[in-house]
Amino acid sequence: MEFTQKAVVMTAGDMNRVMARIASQIVENNPDLANVLLVGIHRRGVPLADTIAAKIKEMDGVDVARGTLDITLYRDDLTTVADRPVINKTELPANITGKTIILVDDVLYTGRTIRAAMDELIDFGRPRRVQLAVLIDRGWRELPIQADYVGKTVTTTEAEIIKVMLPEFDDTEQVLLVEQK
Amino acid sequence: MPLNRKDLLGIADLSVEEINLILDTAVTFRDINTRQIKKVPTLRGKTVINLFFEASTRTRTSFEIAGKRLSADTINISASTSSVVKGETLVDTALNLQAMAPDAIVIRHSSSGAPHQIAKIVKAAVINAGDGAHEHPTQALLDALTIRHAKGRIGGLKVAIIGDVLHSRVARSNAHLLTKLGAHVVLAGPRTLLPFGLEKQIPAGNGSIRFADSIEDAITDADVVMMLRIQMERQSGGFFPSLREYSIHFGLNKRRLALAKPDAIVLHPGPINRGVEIDSDVADGVSSLILDQVENGVAVRMAILYLLAGGE
Repeated sequence: MEFTQKAVVMTAGDMNRVMARIASQIVENNPDLANVLLVGIHRRGVPLADTIAAKIKEMDGVDVARGTLDITLYRDDLTTVADRPVINKTELPANITGKTIILVDDVLYTGRTIRAAMDELIDFGRPRRVQLAVLIDRGWRELPIQADYVGKTVTTTEAEIIKVMLPEFDDTEQVLLVEQK
Repeated sequence: MPLNRKDLLGIADLSVEEINLILDTAVTFRDINTRQIKKVPTLRGKTVINLFFEASTRTRTSFEIAGKRLSADTINISASTSSVVKGETLVDTALNLQAMAPDAIVIRHSSSGAPHQIAKIVKAAVINAGDGAHEHPTQALLDALTIRHAKGRIGGLKVAIIGDVLHSRVARSNAHLLTKLGAHVVLAGPRTLLPFGLEKQIPAGNGSIRFADSIEDAITDADVVMMLRIQMERQSGGFFPSLREYSIHFGLNKRRLALAKPDAIVLHPGPINRGVEIDSDVADGVSSLILDQVENGVAVRMAILYLLAGGE
């Protein structure tokens, strides 16, 4: 697939500032950080959750517990995608009952990924509450789902694509607004 | 890389990439089997029919559990309780099952090629759970998963496969798979039960395959010792004088296992004949991964069902 770049939504500096803000909001909203579990959604939510955890550590000196979630097996469109997606590792502590879980993902779009993630979490236990942190909210929701922590809200058309680029997967760190050629 | 095929009929026509995709997918499913709630909604609304014309506990239960843990509806049909006893042909049985729109049919049959014939006439994904003395692909895949987990690799390992190779679909599927992944397979057993010429039918890839002169030759310095079951139901031909004599000459005991590498692992597809092809102290010993094989079987079959029956 080839893309035309339409705008730079965020530079590496913007991303760093925004992640620091989300981290401080999480600290403010959750006085009991020992009970918080940051869960990154594969793939790009995982390093973002790590970044948030590192910022909280800098601010408060607390090591927030972390987990990862692969929602592939809970997708509602598995039968319509051509190839079976590769499944990544879901790693959660043995017991998540009573925890405050903060899901972390790069882009909030239709809300279907988050629906799947919540269903998967419930199969592991009964969290006290579940919150959602995203780097970008691009609108176009298809389910009644909202984020608690948003890095940046971007107005998009349906044809546009938000490309979050992280050093873990791409050569660079930035967020682009692109459209398929 | 997707698994671009409707059916899983054998290992012979799988590429190395496809084998690795199945094994990698199985690793993630192994995790699900350790969760408290061992179920994901992936195959909700899909139907899997287990059509078994031969006796089976392990394979049929394993496929049934695999299907259920993926939320598929699984139905078991065994020949003794089906219309086969009324004289229905295999093709008619398959067409009637197809009319009920299953998404996958798992079949075990005593005739080699039976799953292939059914695969041609039904729309459902057909998975071979053992056909005659031909192939048993999911067994070879779960063996490979067990070996890879224990040894970290398959390429370069010496794997001794010992026993009734002649009647063994497990040996054939394993010979294909292990050599494709670069292992050196050595077959041994009573000469009456060795299908000489088999080594020429298997394109050994990066590995190799040969018949050993003796069981000791096969086991010496082996990384993996895979024992085959003496198939009592197929021993009408007078292939060896008695089970006792078989055990003395070809059974795996501690003394023979000591010839293998110190960290060698012992596999057996089950059900084991204690005191015949394998002594109890070996079957229950630290080298034995026989129950790990059973555990990995569920994960491999979940991976196969996910990859073949997950789509439209």
